[in-house]
Amino acid sequence: MTIFPLPLTELLGQYGSYFIYLLVGVAFGVALETAGFGNSKKLAAQFYFKDLTVFKVMFTAIIVAMTLIFLSSAVGLLDYNLIWVPPTYLWPGIVGGLVMGVGFIVGGFCPGTSLVGMATGKIDGFFFVAGVLFGIFMFGETVSSFAVFFESSYMGRFTLPEYFGLSYGIVVLLIVVMALMMFWGAEIVERVMGGESAQKAPRWGVPAAVALVALAAVSLVIGQPQTADRWKNIEAEKTAQLDGREVQIAPAELLSLSGDVKVKTVLLDVREERYYNQFHIQGATRLPEDEIVDNARDFIFEPANTVFVVMSNDETSATEAWKALKAESVPNVYILEGGVNNWIRTYAGEEFVQNNLIRNHENDYPAWRFDAATGSRHPAAEPNPHAFEIEFEPKVKLELKRAPSSGGCG
Amino acid sequence: MTNQSRAKPYMNPYLAGTLLGIILFLAFFITGSGLGASGGLNRLLVYVQNIVAPEHIDQVPYLLKMAGGSSNPLESWIVFLTVGTIFGGFISGLFGRRVKIETNKGPQISNTTRWIMAFIGGGLMGYGARLARGCTSGQALSGGAVLSVGSWLFMFAVFAGAYAFAYFLRRFWN
Repeated sequence: MTIFPLPLTELLGQYGSYFIYLLVGVAFGVALETAGFGNSKKLAAQFYFKDLTVFKVMFTAIIVAMTLIFLSSAVGLLDYNLIWVPPTYLWPGIVGGLVMGVGFIVGGFCPGTSLVGMATGKIDGFFFVAGVLFGIFMFGETVSSFAVFFESSYMGRFTLPEYFGLSYGIVVLLIVVMALMMFWGAEIVERVMGGESAQKAPRWGVPAAVALVALAAVSLVIGQPQTADRWKNIEAEKTAQLDGREVQIAPAELLSLSGDVKVKTVLLDVREERYYNQFHIQGATRLPEDEIVDNARDFIFEPANTVFVVMSNDETSATEAWKALKAESVPNVYILEGGVNNWIRTYAGEEFVQNNLIRNHENDYPAWRFDAATGSRHPAAEPNPHAFEIEFEPKVKLELKRAPSSGGCG
Repeated sequence: MTNQSRAKPYMNPYLAGTLLGIILFLAFFITGSGLGASGGLNRLLVYVQNIVAPEHIDQVPYLLKMAGGSSNPLESWIVFLTVGTIFGGFISGLFGRRVKIETNKGPQISNTTRWIMAFIGGGLMGYGARLARGCTSGQALSGGAVLSVGSWLFMFAVFAGAYAFAYFLRRFWN
């Protein structure tokens, strides 16, 4: 199992984990201040092409962090799926960004740098922080009037490699190379525009750039772990769970879960569309095999009380889907025991079960005949829990969530 | 505190960027979340609002998420990160002898003008940061490093907005 990111709350408790965040914050503050970001004049000079420190620091930080993140993911130290990738809300992000850009040149700070400015005695930093608080306050008061826009153009966890259809390794390498070329351009711009305030590029600049490109190239060559590689890491432990029938839950347990308000049950039906149309359990969503991995990345960030139940006609393809979801680090995934066939046998009633049985059906094919596409309108799709008092062995145990439930700006 | 003339120079931008990049990487590597700032300020503000007008919190869904019922808006990792950032900035300023009560501004404007501009700019930043669900640290820096499409577009939008208005505000900075 991939060790990082660490399950901090599990390891250190709530306050222990807060202490780690405090330390991260201290380091962040030191880096911002020492870069000169406590000084609004230095920040604003960026936009008059006189001093491109903002650009240089920001993009150096991005390419260094990015290269290290994808390198450690390639070698199997870090689980990229468990990292907070800010979800894309396209238009609110762009409009918010434009507003912030104007705020940047008017006020001379951004929220993070103004904290550092304030901490080092800059009065303009103090006024800026007060302004930020006022702006946030106004947002809280007005957001209800444009809630539709605020929630619009949601694209989930959406990454540049997915957008361009390229591998992560290629995109990382391209960004590193492009940033380095822009640094070279920035040096020229500063020499022309800045005059005496221009800083010389450090002597170690070229070797460092070469080293960074080399690291990016190494992670490209190794490649990011695919579902199959990820499964290999957990195979021994998870196969034991499957063989021990620890994760196959009885129809009765699923029915009781669906009625439990404390748990959010997500039913994932991995059968072909025609079987799904014939009959599926009320609330089940069809999850085609080739969409499992994409969806897994979103499933990870569902609330901690979410339980995923995968089902096929019998168990074979549901088990494959379970393996893929577990390999992609989705917590709390279970398999419907005996699949949809077993569900129908349990809840469709004596008469239906007697009359529509398909004898000797092949494994993972329907065991019951439907004359029409009943979808979830069949009575067995939503059985009344009180009409069936069936004993079951409870198997669902909620795991502690490892992925952060928020990130970036919380 | 100390005299500006004895202030140590800032770190080379590429070195500072490398340092910041390693910190950002470690933040992701250890905790899984990146860096941020405006979220912490948001929660500090909601904490105060919750004391002053708790019944108001219950009417605004956006605020309710942070401070509804018995939940304490300060019980969040981002608040600790923000407090740490202030500490870290202060410590670094002390060691660099850069802690000084002063106002940084262009030569043509008064302190008061600069303060008003800082407040207005801060207001726009605060509003925009909540609309964009993150600020320069949380979206551009953290989201950029993990290759979020939205974060990269956000970053271009920030630079576009600032460059578009820089010309009109040149008197204030130069």
